[in-house]
Amino acid sequence: MARKLFNEPSPLEVKVISKRFGIDNSESLDTYLGTDGMKAFWKAREMSPEQIVDEVKASGLRGRGGAGFPSGLKWSFVPRTNPKPKYIVVNADESEPGTCKDRLLMEYDPHQLIEGMLIAGMAVDSHKGYIYIRGEYRYLIDHMDRAIAEAYAKGWLGKNIQGSGFDFDIYTHSGAGAYECGEETALLDSLEGKRGIPRLKPPFPAVAGAWACPTLLSNVETFSAVPAIIRDGGPAYAALGTPKNGGTRMVCVSGHVNKPGVYELPLGFNLLRVVNEVAGGIPNGKKLKAVIPGGSSCPVLKADECDIPGDYDSLAKAKSMLGSGGMVVMDEDTCMVRALVRIIRFYAHESCGWCIPCREGTTWLRKILMRFHDGRGVRSDIDLIGDLGKGMLGRTFCALGDAAAMPTISFVEKFRDEFEAHLDGSCPHGKAHELVLSSH
Amino acid sequence: MTFSPELEARFSKMLESYPPGRQRSAVVPMLIYAQDEVGSITSELVAEVAKRCGVTPLQVEEVVGYYSMLHRKPMGKYHVQVCTNISCLLVGGEELYEHTCKKLGLGNKEVTADGQFSIEEVECMGACSWAPAIQINYDFHHHVTPEKLDQLLDALKKKAN
Amino acid sequence: MSDLVTLTIDGKTVKAAPGTLLIDAAKASGIEIPAFCYYEGLTLQAACRMCLVEIEKAPKLMVGCTTPVAEGMVVHTDSPAVAQARKGTLEFLLTNHPLDCPVCDKGGECELQDMVFRYGAGESRFTEVKHHVDEKQWSPVVFYDGPRCILCYRCVRICNEGMGVGALGIGNRGVISEIIPNKSDHLECDECGACIDICPVGALTSGTYRYQTRPWEMQHVGTICTHCSNGCKTTLGVRDGVIIRGNNRDRSGINDEFLCIKGRYAFDFVHSQERLQSPLRKVGDKFEEISWSEALEVISGKFKAALDRGGKFGVIGSNHTTNEENFYLQKFAREALGTENIDHHRTGDVATLLDALSGKQDVLATVADLYKAKAVLVIGSDLAQQHPLLSFQIRADYRHHQAHVYAVTAGPVREDNYAAKSVRVTEGGELAALDGLRDLLAAEGDLTILFGDAIKGEAVGKLVAFGDSLGIPVKYVCLVDYSNSRGAYDMGLVPGPGGMAYDQMLASPDLDVLWVVGANPLKNRALVGSKAFVVLQDLFMTETARQADLILPAASAYEKNGTVTNVTGEVQRVKTAAKVMGTKTDLEIIGLIGKEMGLSVGIWKQEKVFDEIRQKVRGYNVPVPVLTTGGAAQTAAVNGRVPATVRPELIRSSRDTLFTSGTLGRYSKMLSSVMEGPGKIFGE
Repeated sequence: MARKLFNEPSPLEVKVISKRFGIDNSESLDTYLGTDGMKAFWKAREMSPEQIVDEVKASGLRGRGGAGFPSGLKWSFVPRTNPKPKYIVVNADESEPGTCKDRLLMEYDPHQLIEGMLIAGMAVDSHKGYIYIRGEYRYLIDHMDRAIAEAYAKGWLGKNIQGSGFDFDIYTHSGAGAYECGEETALLDSLEGKRGIPRLKPPFPAVAGAWACPTLLSNVETFSAVPAIIRDGGPAYAALGTPKNGGTRMVCVSGHVNKPGVYELPLGFNLLRVVNEVAGGIPNGKKLKAVIPGGSSCPVLKADECDIPGDYDSLAKAKSMLGSGGMVVMDEDTCMVRALVRIIRFYAHESCGWCIPCREGTTWLRKILMRFHDGRGVRSDIDLIGDLGKGMLGRTFCALGDAAAMPTISFVEKFRDEFEAHLDGSCPHGKAHELVLSSH
Repeated sequence: MTFSPELEARFSKMLESYPPGRQRSAVVPMLIYAQDEVGSITSELVAEVAKRCGVTPLQVEEVVGYYSMLHRKPMGKYHVQVCTNISCLLVGGEELYEHTCKKLGLGNKEVTADGQFSIEEVECMGACSWAPAIQINYDFHHHVTPEKLDQLLDALKKKAN
Repeated sequence: MSDLVTLTIDGKTVKAAPGTLLIDAAKASGIEIPAFCYYEGLTLQAACRMCLVEIEKAPKLMVGCTTPVAEGMVVHTDSPAVAQARKGTLEFLLTNHPLDCPVCDKGGECELQDMVFRYGAGESRFTEVKHHVDEKQWSPVVFYDGPRCILCYRCVRICNEGMGVGALGIGNRGVISEIIPNKSDHLECDECGACIDICPVGALTSGTYRYQTRPWEMQHVGTICTHCSNGCKTTLGVRDGVIIRGNNRDRSGINDEFLCIKGRYAFDFVHSQERLQSPLRKVGDKFEEISWSEALEVISGKFKAALDRGGKFGVIGSNHTTNEENFYLQKFAREALGTENIDHHRTGDVATLLDALSGKQDVLATVADLYKAKAVLVIGSDLAQQHPLLSFQIRADYRHHQAHVYAVTAGPVREDNYAAKSVRVTEGGELAALDGLRDLLAAEGDLTILFGDAIKGEAVGKLVAFGDSLGIPVKYVCLVDYSNSRGAYDMGLVPGPGGMAYDQMLASPDLDVLWVVGANPLKNRALVGSKAFVVLQDLFMTETARQADLILPAASAYEKNGTVTNVTGEVQRVKTAAKVMGTKTDLEIIGLIGKEMGLSVGIWKQEKVFDEIRQKVRGYNVPVPVLTTGGAAQTAAVNGRVPATVRPELIRSSRDTLFTSGTLGRYSKMLSSVMEGPGKIFGE
C-alpha cells in the first residue's frame, strides 16, 4: 500500500531522490531493489575508494544540512588508511525552522539512505554507521529501525553484505530535544552521551569525530543523494543543477502559499517560481512580502529580491543563503516584527549557553524584541537590535550566534519602516498581537 | 531499578551498539526512553542511567538539564506540544497554542489535575510545510485548526474516561 | 633557536615555539590578550570570546586562546575592531550580571571589574529585566551565586582536571545555564575551595571569608601551611591581627595555586576560643593560671633539681614546630640536660632512605620533579588523602605529560583512575608486589618512587636495591606526615646512642622530667613514671596537657618566623601572620627556660639559630636568598653513613585524611564541619 503523501507533487519537480515517494511499499527493501535500489552499491563495489570520492566530487554535491560544504572534498578528508575505526554518522537532527525534508526521505525511502551510507563506508573504509535522529522523530526512529532490521534480515547489512566481502552495521540513536545538536560537533558530543556543546575545530570530524575517530558526518539528504550519483555518474547528477551547484534538492515551502509542501527541484530553480508556480502562489491574492530562503537562520529576502536562481552561489550573491532548503514565504500582511520575535525566541531557547555573545546576545534580543513588539519600544531600540546582531555576528563559538544575528540584521535593515511603525504601540497589520507565550 | 522487559531488551541492545568502553553514549537515548516509561527524570533514574552507562550521576544531570524533551516533573498522559515557530506562526500556530491553553485551562508545561493532559509550547518540530502542527506525545498532527484540536482532545478525554 | 616561529603582534616581532597559543606568545612579549575562560594548564574552551584578535587575511576575528602561532602571522590586539569586540563581549556579560560589587566578596580583586575598567562597557544599553536565581550554599565552604557567574567553566575544570574529583558540572542550557554540584543540592568533594579561588568573579565564595572584609583591608602574609607535610605556601589574609583567608593566588611557592581544605581554610584553629593563653600549673586536679615568670621559675627549679641529682629526662618534640625550635630543643637537651632521650612521633623512615642513597646524586625528588617524572610509583599511601599536593602534581604530570602512574596500595586510591597499573595488596605486602611490576618499570625512561610507612627499616634498603636493579634513573620520596616531620628528624629529634625512644620514656618508671614540646604522646595512654614532672608547650588543652604539671601556651606556626622542611626535603620560611595574646613561640620559651636556669645554650634568635643549622646540620647549607624571597631550597643529598633508625617499628603514619590534622584538626571548626570528614584512607 502506498504511504499517504504529505503533499501533492508538482509537475515541475525533478525527482531523483524522491522518486520513490508515493509508490506502493516504498519503504520496503523489495520495492527499493525493484526500483534501481542497491545498483549503486554493486557499482561502487567495483570502484576504488578514490574513484567513489571522485565521482562524488564530480557530482557537485554540497552538504544539504545548511553549510553547503562540497561533499566530495569532505569525503577526501577522511584518512581512510588510519588504523582507527572510522564511522559514518548521519545527521537526522533536522531542526532548522522551515525544514521538514529529512523526515520524508527517511519515511518514504529509508533504504536509499542506507545505501548511501554503505557507499560512504566503502569510500572511507568505515564499517559502522549511526543515524542520529532528533528525539521528536520517534516514529522515524522506529521506522528506520524496521528498515535496518529488514536490511539485516535480507543480508544487506552485517557481515559480508550479499557476498560482497563488505561489512557494515547501522544503528539509530535518539536525540532528546536540542537544535544545537544539528551542529556536527555538538551532535558528536551528544552521540557520546554529553551535553550538545560544539567542539573546538580543528580537529574536524573527518579526522577526529565520533569517539575521537575519523568520522564522515553528513545530512540525511546528502547521503540519500549518493546512490543516484554513483548509479548514474557524478556528471549526470551535476548536470541537473547549475555549475558548482550540482543536482537537485528538497525544497520545503511553508508559510503563505497555496500549496505548501516539500518539492525536489534542481539547484538553480528560480525562487519566485517556487513560490508562484511550484507552491501555487500566495493565498487570497495577497502580495508577496518576503521569503526566508533556507531556514530561519538565513537573511530574509524582500519580494523584489526573490527573482534569482535557487543555488548556493546566487543566494550568497544576494547576501543570503540556500541553507537547509526551508523556504518560508510571507505575504504582505505579515508583521515582520512579530516574525523576528518568534525567530529570536527560538535561538535564545536553543542557545547552548557555551559562549557569551550567543548566550547573552540572543536573550537580550529576545527581551528587547518582545517588549518592542508589545508596543513598549523606543526609537533607539531599533538601532540597538541591529547592533546586537552585529555584535554577535562572527564572534560566537559556533554558527548559532550567526544564525540569530543574520535574520536580525536583515529584518531591521530591510523592514525598518515596520519597526518604526510599532513605536506608537500599534502594528500596521492590526493591533499588535498580544504575545501569549511561554517564558521558555 | 528495573524497567519493563521490552525496555530492558532495548537497553541491552543499545549499550552494545556503541564501541567498547563507549557506553556513555547511551545516556541521552536511555534517558528519553526511560522517561517514557517512568514518567519523568527522577533522581533514582539519573543514578540508574549513570550506573548503566558508567558515568557519575552529575554527568547525567548535566545532560538532563540540557535537553528540552527531558522533564524532571511528569507531564500529562497526553502531552500536547504546540509548535509556534515561524512556519506555524504564519498560519496560526500562536493562536492554536492560545486556544489549547484555554481549552485545557493550562499554561506552558502545566498538567491537568487528573494528570491526563499537559501543554508545552515547542520549537520547530519539522512539520513546517504542513503547519500548524502539534505533537501529542510522539504522534504528529498536521494542518491543525482549533476545531480539529478540539476533536482530538475530546476523543482523548473520552478515551481517558 | 631556528625552529621558532616568527610572527608580528601589534607591530612587535615575536618569536615562539611552534604550537604556542597566540595568547601565550603575546603574554611572553608583554602584550595582554584578555580572557576569562582561558586558564593555563586547563583544557581550552574558547567560550568567553574576550580574546578575539585580528589576524591579517583571516575573514573574521580569531580566538587568541586556541589559535596557534604561525610563521609570518600578523596579529593586531589593539585595532578598533578588537576593542569593539571586547567591549561588546563585556556589555553582553554584564546584562545578566547583578553588578552588586559593593557587597561582593570579589570586589577589588575581580577580573570582571578589571576587564570592564580596562576595556570598556562602562555604560550599558541593557534596560531589560535581569535573570535572577537565589544564591545557594553547597557546603560549609562553598557558596554559589548564579547571577554573578559568567560561565567560564574554570571551576568545573579545576575540579575535574586539577583535583581529579569532578564534583562540579553544568546544568540547564542557554542563558539559564549554571554550575551544579555533584549531589544535586550540595557538594561531596575535597572541599578544597580551588573552585572558589579560580573563579574570576564572585560567583563562588567561601564560607569562612564571605562578607568578612574588603580585600584591600587585609595584609597578606605568605607562609607555609602547618598541616600536612607537603609544604604548600598559603597566603594568609590578615585584618586587625585576625586571619580571615587563606589562598595562594600569586601562585608563588612549590604548590603554585594548589591548596587543599587545610591550607585554605583550616587556619581557624589559630583563633579558637580554646587556645591556651596563660601558663597553667596543676594544683590538685585543677589547673591554675600563673604568670610566665612564675612558670619559668618552677620549671627551672625542677629541671635544675633533676640535673643536680643526675635524674632522667625525657624530651619529646614536635612535627609542627620550626627547624630552629627543633634544633634548639635537641641542642638544649643534649648539651644542657646531657640526655639522649629525645624523640618525636616519627611518621616515615627518612633515616634509612638517606643512608641507602648515601653518595648518590639526583635521587631525591622535589615537588616540582613530580610534575616532570616520566613514571611515578606510589607505594602504600592514599596520596589524595594524605599528600594532596603530591597527588595533584602527579595528576598534572599525567594530564600534561602523559606520565605513567603505578599504585601499589592496600585499597582504592584516586590514582587508580588514570594509573597505568594499580596493584592491590594486603597491608605489608607492598614490597613483595613490586616484582610483578619490574618489567613495566624497567621500560620507563625514569621513575619516581613515593613510599609510605609500609616501607621502613630493612625494607627501605630492599626498595632502593629494587630501584637500582631497574637500570633507569630513579628518585625517591619518603612520605612523612606533618608540616615539619622531615625537619624534626633532620634537626636530630631522635634518640642518640643509648637514648630512649618516646615509648620507653613514657614507660619508664623512674623518669624525672618529661618535657613535651608541641606533641600529644599521652593521647591514649598514661605516663608510667608517676613522680615525673611533666612540662608541656602547646596550643590546646590536649590529653597530654591534662596529665602535665605545667603547661606553657605556645604560638602556632602561623604566629612565628622560622623555617620548615617539607616531605621532599625542601626548606621554606614560615612567617608571622597573627599574634595570640599570652602565647610565646616555642623557641622563645626554650630560650627563656635556659636563661632562667642560667645556662648558655646560645642565642635563641631565629635567624641566628638558622645560621647554626646551616653550618651544623648535614644538607642544610641551603642558599638563604632563595628562602628570604619566599622560595624553597631542597636539602642536599647525604654523603656518608647515616645513623641507623632507632626502632623502626615505632614509625607509623598519622593516617590523617584530607579532613583531619592531628590535634590542630580537632580545633578547626571548618575541618570538623564538612560532611566529608573525617574521611577515609583507602576508602571507597
